[in-house]
Amino acid sequence: MITFIIRRLLTTLVLVFFISLISFFIITLTPGSPYPWGELNPKISESVKQNFRKQFHLDEPLWKQYWYNMRGLFTGELRSIKDGRPVLERIGERLPATLALNVCAIVISLSFGLLVGVYCARHAGDWQDTSLSTVAFALLAIPEFWVAYLLIIGLTQWFAVPLMGTVSHGIIFPNALAGALDWLWHLALPATLLALSSVAAQSRYVRASMLETLREDYIRTAQAKGLPSEKVLYHHALRNSLRPVITGIGGLLPALIGGAVIMETIFAYPGIGRLGYQAVLERDYPTLVALNFITAVLVLVGNLLADLLYAVVDPRVRLE
Amino acid sequence: MKISEQSPVRRVLTRFRRNRIGMISLAAIIILFLVAAVFAALSYAHVPFPTDPNATNLERKLLPPNSANWLGTDNLGRDLFSRMLHGSYISLTVGFVAVFVSLFIGVVVGAVSGYFGRWVDNVLMRAVDAIMCFPTFFLILTAVALLGPSMLNIIVVIGLVSWTGTARLVRAEFLTLRETEYVRAARALGQRTPAIIFRHILPNAFAPIFVTAVLGIPAAILTEAGLSFLGFGVQPPQATWGNIIADGKSYLLDAWWLIVFPGLAIFLSALAFYLAGDALRQAAETRTERK
Repeated sequence: MITFIIRRLLTTLVLVFFISLISFFIITLTPGSPYPWGELNPKISESVKQNFRKQFHLDEPLWKQYWYNMRGLFTGELRSIKDGRPVLERIGERLPATLALNVCAIVISLSFGLLVGVYCARHAGDWQDTSLSTVAFALLAIPEFWVAYLLIIGLTQWFAVPLMGTVSHGIIFPNALAGALDWLWHLALPATLLALSSVAAQSRYVRASMLETLREDYIRTAQAKGLPSEKVLYHHALRNSLRPVITGIGGLLPALIGGAVIMETIFAYPGIGRLGYQAVLERDYPTLVALNFITAVLVLVGNLLADLLYAVVDPRVRLE
Repeated sequence: MKISEQSPVRRVLTRFRRNRIGMISLAAIIILFLVAAVFAALSYAHVPFPTDPNATNLERKLLPPNSANWLGTDNLGRDLFSRMLHGSYISLTVGFVAVFVSLFIGVVVGAVSGYFGRWVDNVLMRAVDAIMCFPTFFLILTAVALLGPSMLNIIVVIGLVSWTGTARLVRAEFLTLRETEYVRAARALGQRTPAIIFRHILPNAFAPIFVTAVLGIPAAILTEAGLSFLGFGVQPPQATWGNIIADGKSYLLDAWWLIVFPGLAIFLSALAFYLAGDALRQAAETRTERK
């Protein structure tokens, strides 16, 4: 177990190195440069430009810039070109909102994905399975921003679903519970929309995994023992088919965080997705490097935790 | 048990033909292709059919669907129907070519990794793991925005970011196939490594690769639509389904047709590819699904 954890941590370090390389070079190797005033503006004197370059190390060779960027990232000294504030601070104040959004989306996609997937596996080949599978593909194929606008047209006419931000402004809530409910209410629509395609993906995984498990010998044994079919299905089969589902959470995360860019933009939700979109518009290189790096490392840590958790839950995994 | 005398490809085709959803999707895809090809040619030759997609007419702006403008007009009085037809080839081209790019990289990396194994495999797979940690859409958005949004850049970036799944799949196939008798025979006969990889092993891994390719097309189409929606797709005045929605969102509550119709076009074409891909997967599956 200990050697496994050590080995795993070493690979993780290697991955972090790769991630830092990719997140730095994908931004610096592209043409153009991050000048807030436009590179050819004649009204800016040469000395100002010089100073700017010096301040953000843009006059140094790339590998040195990489070093400064990464050192700045770890010491918290890396500053945004846009407003000069430390990048970590800017990301830190936006991160909780995005985490809340993603956790909600994951809960939604796991619970509905499980329900639909098990139901489909149970009725494999029947009309229920065929029609639900088609619905799942429809959810995969639907552009989320499009549904968002359709819902904005539809829902807001009849329901008072909030469409902007994380809280209602100008209201003093009588207690914390009311405030929390308001916060959840703001989260509902973006989280549901974000989860749409992953509900579909999860239900496909669960269905495939269940069908695989149902072919196993121990299922036939359980049925032969005369156990009620419900018990075989939920007690024997479901538990054992959860492995790809748990490890699949790691694969969900990058798609969710990426999708959050669009959802946060539409719903004016102050998370890192929107921060990233603004940084893209402003060509704020340090923020972009840090954002790509931090989200990738978050996903990496998530994967690691999922694996360890799985090893704890499943005695068949020996962690050699 | 009677052993079928059909070739594997023929058998897959026969089974695919029996799948009604698959056949309907295939028909939809073919129609989509014809429309896209015809209007790509018309666009290229500047033929204003049914009307010029970029002709503005401020007296007829934001009209709901009517007899002259079947799907209505936008805020500059441009005919939505013509714009959607002339924009149709963008989505399809991006979907197809991006998948080709990603297939090429994925197959080469996966093949090399799976065939050589050991440290080559280790290094390549760690790189794949690292790329898979990145939030895909954000990475694509960053790269396209910094490179400058053009069709070529979008295709290349989507291709460069989305090959990891294919690489893993191809690697897994190669790990099992390289131990087979015929590969050992080929090696014993002194075949060169590239020939073994591409002529002997790769054709046997064709089915799963083809299925992932088909399922990759709608994903690329949706990514392109999302980029267009955020303003980093193919630039105006060229109409794309995504940027019609992006422009139309300012008139959300007044002109629903600017949102509904282009979105429906994206949705239906992505759906056709997903369903056709799934039907193909079922037809290619050797194990039949039992209850």
